[in-house]
Amino acid sequence: MPDTQVLVNDFLNKLKKRKIEGSQATARQTAELLRSVISQQRVPYTNQAGALIDAVKAVGEQLIAANPVELAVGNIVRRVLHIIREEDLSLTTAAIGGLNLSAVSDDENDDDRDGDSTLSAAAVAAAARSTLRPPSLQTLLEDTPVSAAVPQTSSSGGDSEGKSKSADKSSRSRKLKHDVIEAVNELIQDIVTCHEQIAEQAVEHIHQNEVILTLGSSRTVLEFLFAAKEKKRSFRVFVAEGAPRYQGHLLAKELVARGLQTTLITDSAVFAMISRVNMVIVGAHAVMANGGVIAPVGMNLVALAAQKHAVPFVVLAGSHKLCPLYPHNPEVLLNELRSPSELLDFGEFSDCMDFGSGSGSPLLHVVNPAFDYVPPKLVSLFITDTGGHNPSYMYRLIADYYSADDLVVQRRATAGN
Amino acid sequence: MGAQKKRAAAAAAAARVSEDPDDLARQPLQAILLADSFTTKFRPITLERPKVLLPLVNVPMINYTLAWLEAAGVAEVFVFCCAHSKQVIDYLENSEWFSQPNFTVKTIESHNIISAGDALRLIYEQNVALVDIACLLKLVSLSRLKLATCYTLTICFLVVLSFKIHGDFVLISGDTVSNMSLTQALQEHKERKKKDNNAVMTMIIKKSKPSPITRQSRLGTDELFMAIDPNTKQLLYYEDKADHSKGTICLDKMLLAENPSISLHNDKQDCYIDICSPEVLSLFTDNFDYQHLRRHFVKGLLLDDIMGYKIFTHEIHSSYAARIDNYRSYDIVSKDIIQRWTYPYVPDVKFCGNRATKLERRGMYRALEIEQSRSAQVGSFTVIGYGTKIGSNSKISDSVIGEGCTIGSNVLIEGSYIWDNVIIEDGCELRHVIVCDGVIMKAGAVLKPGVVLSFKVVIGERFVVPAYSKVSLLQQPTVHDSDEELEYADNSSGTVEFSSIQGTADQSNGEMTSESSEAHKPKLGTGGVGYIWSICEGGQEEEWRHSVAPIPEDKLTELSEAMDDDQELVTQDRTALSTSGELISDSNASEGDDNEDSKDDSVYFEKEVEATFLRAVEENVKVDHVILEVNSLRLSYNMTSADCAGAVFYSMMKLAIKTPHSSASELQQNTANIITTWQKLLKSYLLEIDEEIEIILKFEEMCLESAKEFSPLFARILHILYDKDILQEDAILRWADEKEGADESDKVFVRQSEKFIQWLREASEEED
Repeated sequence: MPDTQVLVNDFLNKLKKRKIEGSQATARQTAELLRSVISQQRVPYTNQAGALIDAVKAVGEQLIAANPVELAVGNIVRRVLHIIREEDLSLTTAAIGGLNLSAVSDDENDDDRDGDSTLSAAAVAAAARSTLRPPSLQTLLEDTPVSAAVPQTSSSGGDSEGKSKSADKSSRSRKLKHDVIEAVNELIQDIVTCHEQIAEQAVEHIHQNEVILTLGSSRTVLEFLFAAKEKKRSFRVFVAEGAPRYQGHLLAKELVARGLQTTLITDSAVFAMISRVNMVIVGAHAVMANGGVIAPVGMNLVALAAQKHAVPFVVLAGSHKLCPLYPHNPEVLLNELRSPSELLDFGEFSDCMDFGSGSGSPLLHVVNPAFDYVPPKLVSLFITDTGGHNPSYMYRLIADYYSADDLVVQRRATAGN
Repeated sequence: MGAQKKRAAAAAAAARVSEDPDDLARQPLQAILLADSFTTKFRPITLERPKVLLPLVNVPMINYTLAWLEAAGVAEVFVFCCAHSKQVIDYLENSEWFSQPNFTVKTIESHNIISAGDALRLIYEQNVALVDIACLLKLVSLSRLKLATCYTLTICFLVVLSFKIHGDFVLISGDTVSNMSLTQALQEHKERKKKDNNAVMTMIIKKSKPSPITRQSRLGTDELFMAIDPNTKQLLYYEDKADHSKGTICLDKMLLAENPSISLHNDKQDCYIDICSPEVLSLFTDNFDYQHLRRHFVKGLLLDDIMGYKIFTHEIHSSYAARIDNYRSYDIVSKDIIQRWTYPYVPDVKFCGNRATKLERRGMYRALEIEQSRSAQVGSFTVIGYGTKIGSNSKISDSVIGEGCTIGSNVLIEGSYIWDNVIIEDGCELRHVIVCDGVIMKAGAVLKPGVVLSFKVVIGERFVVPAYSKVSLLQQPTVHDSDEELEYADNSSGTVEFSSIQGTADQSNGEMTSESSEAHKPKLGTGGVGYIWSICEGGQEEEWRHSVAPIPEDKLTELSEAMDDDQELVTQDRTALSTSGELISDSNASEGDDNEDSKDDSVYFEKEVEATFLRAVEENVKVDHVILEVNSLRLSYNMTSADCAGAVFYSMMKLAIKTPHSSASELQQNTANIITTWQKLLKSYLLEIDEEIEIILKFEEMCLESAKEFSPLFARILHILYDKDILQEDAILRWADEKEGADESDKVFVRQSEKFIQWLREASEEED
């Protein structure tokens, strides 16, 4: 599979050289890459899921190593692994279940596989899940739990029963791959539409004549505010400029273009303004398993100010930003230190950095971290594409999206060699 | 129908219009990367490994350049390898650069190239050769020669095709670190080129203040003066070798007359990144004496107003660009990288297949699998490579440690660059030094600031290497000449010579250790292996400017005092001569050098002329040819024709004295013969009376010093010379007059030839 290797290398390059910005773009491209990896992967007769998982892990490991700070890559790799496991499980249980149903579906052919057997598959998968794993809260709450997650095309395993064994196997392997790819497609669709999904909930949160404060620029926040505006809500927005990259300026521009009443303030004025604010709505870089947030630098300051004045601190995050890892030393290990040139002009300060004189060690050290860590206790609400959640509920969501086996994406030592 | 046609025509026109910018965009950007700096600043390290492969924060330098070129959208890079080309090519072949999509790296190898100018000329020639071969190919296919020939020619064609420069290209050397975006600079260049076909080059500059005390930039290069037109950004003046002792620079007043405004900068740093039009290559070919990109090419273009070629500048603000020119810039750029000015080309980003490294608090970068003792203190701004072991109570700060090093306990490392697989035993001290691969430092050894240890050197127990010394397994190549052109020549010969040395060194490595442990016991301590190089030209005086060590305090105070004195002097009287010991000694030294140089020159010249003359006598060369040869010698040594006359006469007399003779009369006969044979040669330099006097003086000198045999014959030979019309009576008389007032000892020969002079005087009086 030389084609995928080229694709993988290309993507690795981009990741390594920090050419992709934004977790949504990264997540989408990762998913697309994994989809092509899966479709190119040749599947053996036995243990197809294992082969697929190994292939995805092999690629995923490289991707994660390429840019360990961009957590979205790891998230998507784990999501895809989870999808493979789920599909495999549903197929096996369906096969087991198929034994009982076989008499009916004997002469089913490929065409009607897609159509009417969906329900049964979903039901079987749900049944399998409920027997093999404790049900998630969401499954309990929602009536048709996996119908969204399991693609339409997944079908019952019944058809293979009457055929010869080899045909059964090949069709099963094809079916697994097919199902997985469909599910990954759905995942990509989710990632692409996550802004709209989140924005749909805007009206429930933003009320008439409220003052909203945000920091920096986030596409999710932008869409969220637009959606509220479109629903004829009138409100005002304070935008903290988000030094040193000043993306708040861009956000302010776009908001004004859409006719929103906008006030631009410096980051350091946040505390002074927070008492007039009804709600803080910000975007995130990643949401950790404990409900902590990795967000653009300066966010912790805003969160603390909001807490001081009891202003709700709402974080918007697509489900691809949900990371199943717990943060350990997040200020350092999950941070990216960018070039100091964003802070100050090299030429003006070049004499401060003349290491040629004095002790030879630099006296001026310019630090430009890209991210802040906001602890979960400062976050009032997460709004994801599946709805609003409490920080303490995050672990539950994660159990839905990820399988515990994949938390460490590393091939077994034997596979590695 | 008509309407349709019109539309088609319009569409075609639109297509043509859109084609032009499209073409520009589609044309892949090319770059020429010179993988050789053509200088000797990094010796002795560069004798064993090319400069571009030296690790800069644990990554070979060329990777920074290639990674940047790739990110900047360059599609094709020609890596020009000269010295150690094999190593460079091997490295690139094994690296990931050859397998990148949308980025091709091609190597050009040439061994007899000694300067950047030569390299560009070679590339130009290959470009031209391409056209020739294309024509040839056409001819061949027309005349339907054998298919096989056709085929081989096609292969030739393809090989040459691969070096084709299509359009604008980036010219860069393989020791440049940058993260700038080329888009804007490139666009500006292209727009200028469209308007003005003479805008051949855009030079990237960056603001960086030079130190007012040491008069050098933070990269350790000399203060650079540039005059730039603030509106058009055209470069009008470029001087990197300004005379600081005078504190003045000279600008052509035409600059002020021709340009409405000029801004003169000393706070700009030349990044050595140039965007060039293809004309640049042909310019190098036309001016075959251009060697150095800046000293010859840029200055040449600026001075030459006939062709009217223009150079423009593009200043970068937020992004970083710097070239590693000397040890100081190696140190500074390393620190800039650690401080992340070069983001994303920093150790914890895997931009070129470097090892995974984690950034911790206070700028500490740590690779995996480091064994560090609990009591070891690793300070801020330190990079520690994969698999390195650090013993207890060792202190490391502001340093870069390579892969696989072993550092003992109680070691102190400060501001140093330690490459791979270095073993440092207990109790060593290293401050501001560079230690290359495979060095072993025995227990208790101390490296003073500015020391450079080349590959595999062993420093003996408790040995103290003095400051600024350079230690290598290879012996120092002979005599450095301060002359630039010679430096180039020296460089090339050095590389050739090196390969042979290395061969023997490798073969006899084992025996060398044993042998040299005895031979160098006094030099590098017990068990030490290597030679300490004597400090070359400039001496210790200049060494501190370019070394890795920070400039010592006392130097700074000395310099700043000198500067204060300077300024006082300038205010007192307008002569900007300094009284400071430093500077005066400097200028004195240089003057002395000059005098010595000229003395040396004249001696060399005389020897050359003599050799030429002797060869002419032996081989019976025609007189005209000898004259031509001597003339060319005169030009190359910058001598007057009087010098020539003296030298020629000297060699003739030497020949006479060497011809076997038994008596004085025989010697006289020989001399007469030689003078007769070669009088034409001598005469061609005797244009005026001064030269004739010079000959007499020379003869006198010879008789007194080198050829005492002539002294009794002085008067007679003078007569012969007079007879042969070589000397005119005026000259002899004036010589006699001049000698009138001289000492008695000086008058020996005047007295000897008194009769002859008397006769001459009378003869002239008679004539009157």
